[in-house]
Amino acid sequence: MVCLELFVTFFKIGLFTIGGGYAMLPLIQEEVQSNGWMTAQELVNFIAVSESTPGPFAVNVSTYVGAELAGLPGALCATLGVVLPSFLIILLVARCYAAFRSSAIVSGVMGGLRPAVIGMIAAAVVSVGATVFLPDGVQAVSAVSLGCSLAIFGGMTVLTFKKVHPIVIILLSALLGIAAGYLLPV
Amino acid sequence: MRADLAKARLLFWTFFKIGAFTFGGGYAMIPLIQREVAERRHWMEDSDILDIVAIAESTPGPIAINSATFVGYQVCGTFGAFCATLGVVLPSFLVIYAISFVLRQFSHLLVVQYAFNGIRAGVLALLLKALLSMYRQSPKGAVAYAVMAGAFVLTAFLDVDAVAVILLCAAVGLLTSLRGKRRAA
Repeated sequence: MVCLELFVTFFKIGLFTIGGGYAMLPLIQEEVQSNGWMTAQELVNFIAVSESTPGPFAVNVSTYVGAELAGLPGALCATLGVVLPSFLIILLVARCYAAFRSSAIVSGVMGGLRPAVIGMIAAAVVSVGATVFLPDGVQAVSAVSLGCSLAIFGGMTVLTFKKVHPIVIILLSALLGIAAGYLLPV
Repeated sequence: MRADLAKARLLFWTFFKIGAFTFGGGYAMIPLIQREVAERRHWMEDSDILDIVAIAESTPGPIAINSATFVGYQVCGTFGAFCATLGVVLPSFLVIYAISFVLRQFSHLLVVQYAFNGIRAGVLALLLKALLSMYRQSPKGAVAYAVMAGAFVLTAFLDVDAVAVILLCAAVGLLTSLRGKRRAA
């Protein structure tokens, strides 16, 4: 039963994900967290795992959630679910892709979807920001841990815009996190 | 038939390699596809690669899966599409499946928790970068800004279902382009 649920959920994620990179993040947040499959923190941790391993985020997260919930069958069902919509739709489109490319309807719909995805990723950035800076809510925030997070975020933002590789960013932030954890009174 | 089988096997291994060496997925894979598919195997022309990107972007699902299915189909039909897609998914599936055993066990260690405290702040920086580079490539204009702001507010503050936001914005895009066309005609 859980396998069917995994398949259906990740099929929906695959079907409604437009564009590359983190375009699917808001939808994944919604589905994975509302089902209680991952906490907000675990999902952000997993983005780092996905950046450091091969393959697209959507495939990685579906395999991981599937494996955690129901072992190998779960991983297979979830991954099949996320891949199947792309596969079927591309098979249809590939037969008539000249018509698809010049279609006014497709370009109209994409004209709405491109900016929509940007707005939705911005929303995901805000919610990840809340997870990073206020993990236990506004009341329970500690000045030391907030300061550490802000410092690491600031430093890493500068480095990402200098085109430092994401894996280097993740390693550096891990080292800084460990140093802060052991050296600072929390 | 035998030639097709050989081609399908080659498709599988080519995309297995592409899948195994693309960290983070998505657009990082386009130059690799170009090198393997156009320059090395001559399955497609360089100019076809732009078509792949355009199609992969405007159909649902991850760019990596869409491009693999598309190239596989062009090279040797539905079976080719299947082999290429399986090839591109398998490396991440195997790596993540193996990691899933380790991750939970180590996540209780204090040092791992500290590391992830730092990593989450780093991930936020990566997401911000990804957001800004998508923004730079996106079409600009009054409607686009309105849709961006609308999608942001609906998702971040009003907790509207992501699927509903996507359908709504697709409808807005379609209506705007139809109205523009009518005015031009």
